[in-house]
Amino acid sequence: MIQIPDIANATPIQILFCVLSVITLATAFLTIYSKKPMHNAIYLVICFTSISGHYLLLNAQFLALVNLIVYIGAIMILMLFTIMLMNLNKENEVHKPRITRLGAIVVFCLMCLVLIAMFMNSKPIADGSYDVTGEDYQSIQVLGKLLLNEYMVPFEFASVLLLVAMIGAVLLSKKEKIEK
Amino acid sequence: MDSTFIIEKSVVILVVFGVTMLMAMYSTWAERKVAAYLQDRVGPNRAGWGGLFQPLADGLKLFAKEEFAPNTPNQFLFRVGPGIAMATALMTSAVIPWGDRLHLFGRDILLQATDINVGILYIFGIVSVGVYGIMIGGWASNNKFSLIGAIRAASQMVSYEVAMGLSIVALLMMTGTLSLKEISEQQAGMNWNVFYQPISFLIFLICAFAETNRTPFDLAECETELIGGYHTEYSSMRMGFYLFAEYANMFISSTILAVLFFGGYNYPGMSWVAENWGVNLANIIGIGALFVKLCGFIFFYMWVRWTIPRFRYDQLMHLGWRILIPLSIINIMITGVVILRGEIFAYLGW
Amino acid sequence: MSIQEISLSGRKKLVSNKEMTFLEKMYLIAILKGLGITIKHFFRKKATINYPEQVREFSPVYRGRHMLKRDEQGRENCTACGLCALSCPAEAITMKAAERKADEKHLYREEKYASIYEINMLRCIFCGLCEEACPKDAIYLTISKELVPANYDREDFIFGKDKLVMPLEMAIKNTQLKNSN
Repeated sequence: MIQIPDIANATPIQILFCVLSVITLATAFLTIYSKKPMHNAIYLVICFTSISGHYLLLNAQFLALVNLIVYIGAIMILMLFTIMLMNLNKENEVHKPRITRLGAIVVFCLMCLVLIAMFMNSKPIADGSYDVTGEDYQSIQVLGKLLLNEYMVPFEFASVLLLVAMIGAVLLSKKEKIEK
Repeated sequence: MDSTFIIEKSVVILVVFGVTMLMAMYSTWAERKVAAYLQDRVGPNRAGWGGLFQPLADGLKLFAKEEFAPNTPNQFLFRVGPGIAMATALMTSAVIPWGDRLHLFGRDILLQATDINVGILYIFGIVSVGVYGIMIGGWASNNKFSLIGAIRAASQMVSYEVAMGLSIVALLMMTGTLSLKEISEQQAGMNWNVFYQPISFLIFLICAFAETNRTPFDLAECETELIGGYHTEYSSMRMGFYLFAEYANMFISSTILAVLFFGGYNYPGMSWVAENWGVNLANIIGIGALFVKLCGFIFFYMWVRWTIPRFRYDQLMHLGWRILIPLSIINIMITGVVILRGEIFAYLGW
Repeated sequence: MSIQEISLSGRKKLVSNKEMTFLEKMYLIAILKGLGITIKHFFRKKATINYPEQVREFSPVYRGRHMLKRDEQGRENCTACGLCALSCPAEAITMKAAERKADEKHLYREEKYASIYEINMLRCIFCGLCEEACPKDAIYLTISKELVPANYDREDFIFGKDKLVMPLEMAIKNTQLKNSN
């Protein structure tokens, strides 16, 4: 069931995967445990970068770069912005009540159980039981055709959702005009 | 993956790295020279002939300077900032096709570090990471001027990345590929993209100025308001790294402009040269042509710097969000209509 | 002609608040014009003079450091009349007169001479009015390239007779030159 990897004969890709996983997990935990907001954000940036690395290992170049551009290049920059402007450096975190913390732990354990169950029953890649279409799904041409033919409706729905969010944000931030 | 392949790629990477550093170094010299000439002066002319050793002298001076660090609780981030700026500036050169191919030692050598099929996205990704160098450095300096400079730089770069990406979409609709190598190949002869997408080129050019923090948009280091902006607290070679990264960015963005819009390594009569004088010579001339184009752009950057005064910050944001983004969206729509004109005419029954 | 239309320099421009046209609002033409102006300067002759190798030509009316003249027999011309101090707009000159002794006839031309003659070089503006005022041709502004050497103390910039009076050798040489001509 669970294969114990052969460390002595590990391929370079396996070593890379291990290093990346260690970085991902370590920075993810540091994001939570670090007390300084700025450091949290920077750890999260490193975490996202290493996830981009994981995508690259899976040969998903497009996804890796989009992750890099959107999450690291845009979202995290805006997060850093807010942190810099709000001056959260003083540790004035409100103490959470015990019941919330207990609830969080329970939810986390349940989530872990679900994930473990899922991964135990998933097919390993190596046994070749997947259908091979012969198409190169890392190429953006194929990806684009797939998105705009087969998954046209969900794709457009997602774009409408983003548009709605954008318009909502503009509406919220816009000052109301004083009527004269 | 044989060993010759690895050797070949390592040589290409080393050469590209060296050339980038050299060009960045001599951009500082060229900047001073061009500035001087535009102001009726002669510029540096003491170190070497025509001041050619001036960058070396500057570098030596920076290395010999006292390294001063402000009293900041983030010494580590303070040190990492210039490193990120420099690393990201140098990483972008990996996907740029410097020439077609050379036939040496019985094998074709591609003059490109790597030809990934998302080349343009790679450049955008690395450029967007480059903001962190400035932001982290400015924040860790523990100085309000640095912080304001960093925030200005970051918001400016994030805003202009949007317009830049949208302006390039119109071009990509035409080329149908994201690989810089294929885009270069498509522009063989005089089919330069600038003739087909002039508006896209204009928007990209303006955004490139903003992304490299060059003068009409250099609010991040605006001396009159912010002392030195994000590198106020830096000294010695750490500041040198920031300045150097700026020039490396300028070199890379000039190259990208040349590759995307001005035919890259193509020059008129390239196929004739390849037939009559051999492939190698044709491609060496091609590298020369690319360098002539990108040096022209570097000169243009400097020329603009010493001509146009700095924008005000609200003007900058107005230009980015209210003018360039709608303009590039209109450009995309026009390009789409032109590409699909056959289908549209058929649908309308003309 | 009303006062608003008078232009002494011929380059007067009236400021107006008129609405800009669309083309003007794009600023592209203005930017191109600006680029044209700067590139013209790129090819223009440079104003720089590479100093140690090239030296800027002196004006024919150049006025360098002062010198108190001696006559052909090596006697000081100055008679301490004080006209130079009076004419000096910067009030840089001061002097103290003394009577010539019998055995000093070879030193001073007139019966009265300046025992102290000082010019404060920090005040002097090298206007040359002292030279014009002098009735005895005693003070001259030379064509020396060095005006005032740099120094650390203010006192060192007050030049006394030791620095101002023409050296005797120079006077002798001048006399010889004159005789040979």
